[in-house]
Amino acid sequence: MAVAKLEQLSQSVVQGPSLATGAIPTKDWMDIPVVFKPGNYAFPAKKDKVEYLNSQSGLHFPNARDWSPEDDDWQLPENWKEIIINGLRERLEKFRSLKIFMDCCVRCGACADKCHFFLGTGDPKNMPVLRAELLRSVYRNDFTLAGKVLGRLAGAREVTPEVIKEWFMYSYQCTECRRCSAFCPYGIDTAEVTIVIRELLHLLGIGINWILEPVSNSNRTGNHMGLQPHTFKDNVEFLADDIENLTGVRINPTFNRKGAEVLFITPSADVFAEPGLYTAMGYLILFEHIGLDYTWSTYASEGGNFGLFTNNESMKKLNAKMYAEAKRLGVKWILGGECGHMWRVVHQYMDTMNGPADFLEVPKSPITGTVFHNAASTKMTHISEFTADLFKHNKIKVDKSRNDYLNVTFHDSCNPARAMGLLEEPRYVLKHVVNNYHEMPENTIREQTFCCGSGTGLNTDEIMELRMRSGLPRANAVKYVEEKHGVNMLSCVCAIDRATLTSLMSYWNPNVGVCGISELVGNAIVLDGENRAELDEGLRTLL
Amino acid sequence: MPTVEHNGKSFQVDEDGFLLKGMEEWNAEWVDYVKASEGISELTDEHQKVIDALQEYYKKNGIAPMVRILSKTTGYPLKRIYELFPSGPGKGACKMAGLPKPTGCV
Repeated sequence: MAVAKLEQLSQSVVQGPSLATGAIPTKDWMDIPVVFKPGNYAFPAKKDKVEYLNSQSGLHFPNARDWSPEDDDWQLPENWKEIIINGLRERLEKFRSLKIFMDCCVRCGACADKCHFFLGTGDPKNMPVLRAELLRSVYRNDFTLAGKVLGRLAGAREVTPEVIKEWFMYSYQCTECRRCSAFCPYGIDTAEVTIVIRELLHLLGIGINWILEPVSNSNRTGNHMGLQPHTFKDNVEFLADDIENLTGVRINPTFNRKGAEVLFITPSADVFAEPGLYTAMGYLILFEHIGLDYTWSTYASEGGNFGLFTNNESMKKLNAKMYAEAKRLGVKWILGGECGHMWRVVHQYMDTMNGPADFLEVPKSPITGTVFHNAASTKMTHISEFTADLFKHNKIKVDKSRNDYLNVTFHDSCNPARAMGLLEEPRYVLKHVVNNYHEMPENTIREQTFCCGSGTGLNTDEIMELRMRSGLPRANAVKYVEEKHGVNMLSCVCAIDRATLTSLMSYWNPNVGVCGISELVGNAIVLDGENRAELDEGLRTLL
Repeated sequence: MPTVEHNGKSFQVDEDGFLLKGMEEWNAEWVDYVKASEGISELTDEHQKVIDALQEYYKKNGIAPMVRILSKTTGYPLKRIYELFPSGPGKGACKMAGLPKPTGCV
């Protein structure tokens, strides 16, 4: 699927029909069917992946089949309508939040132009209010008196195969980033609406491969990439070899070590793909520098949790292995790496799904003695909080000038920013390791940060144009600081970001690189006994 | 799933054009087919070395190697691998070698 040339796409975003340009749709939204064509949908989950997941304990992924969104007939199970209505009823009873979100929207439209997908595609159904309305209309029809009596007059409609197709289209053009929620006067979490729509679709065997394959990998090997224990260990050791080449210091990380004080968990992409690899090298250097008593795990070898993008069952199961491993190894607490959605799962869902983790201790930095009371329940602390605390207590020796080849800005990764309020710590760390730093415009950072455009498992290549469109608001803010201040490095604290912003930058702002914050920390650290070569590109230098 | 034909052989592929059954179905005709679609004019010993390295690693690990490991085992810097396989190590070389495409936060 070739992606449109930059000039074409920029013009199309600005001039194409949308409410933002004053174009008024000619038909009611309920009368506009979705049309699937190559490039506007992610590939469906492979049948064998769905079958595998369905065969696993605690998971239900029924109705595996070969199908394509372009097919007229999606081969829905015979009683599909009953499945959907019962599924919705069950969730309305189980999640009080969903019931409230279905009832309390006044359609004020505050969310409409806050969505990066709406801004990039101009498609009215990508206004968060309308995306939620796709489900609300069915809710009204079957669960409210007004809807039952007045039907379409009350904004109600019956669920049909066309509605199912529409759900698939637009629940996979939402990254659950929750920027819209930050502007909603009622605080409706529209991500939870998308989550429920995706859950309902899975009941009919409808999902995408880029999400279900990582989920099945993670269930099977412990991580999304599918790295087996010996491979995971080899990869981390390979990074230690690289560090030795660059700095002259040998680091010997440990794996599955019982009795370590801390279990460290990060996204598996950090030990597999660039530029995450350099972030992982940063972790290794930092832990060596402060003498942390920690272990990696080849079982809990994934921070991320694509279960969040799938359904509650799989999210719960994948999250549980982190705690099971912490218990097995007898660590005191868990230190989490630069992952995005892991923190939404840990901070907002873990405690009720798998908690309380009362077999662990409240995280306490063995270096500074600081107790992280904010993690009293989950027993899991973010690497940026941990590192910021180390800097506050002068426990890290750095030479900031080592990062002088960079001019850095910071992308608040959606979930750490909006789901756990991690706003100051990454900036505090950056202040201590870089000399050249500039913020993007204020309505594009912190709580109002713009998504990378490819989160929630939408980081797959076949929808590249959609990704470049939905990432445009973020890219545009980067372009601003690039032109005004000469920024050439976009830092972030999320593995999906590291992968997707790299594609986004190479398309919209090709002179800007992408890195994790720990890469910059690792590059600035002055290790004891180091014999560091001239590293023009920091930890990325090839010797 | 789609099927592609080449030199009288047919191959089942996924939507990305990767061999559905992977190395199980892999053979010289497949290499020849990918060669054409990748725009590689002639298959050299260097190409073969990359393919061998990928397959050997995959047999031991069930996944493609990280690119740096591929560079180390073949001795080719990333730039050279891109010269050999214009679509890159993942989409070009892995496809030709019959490996699946990695997924996740990549």
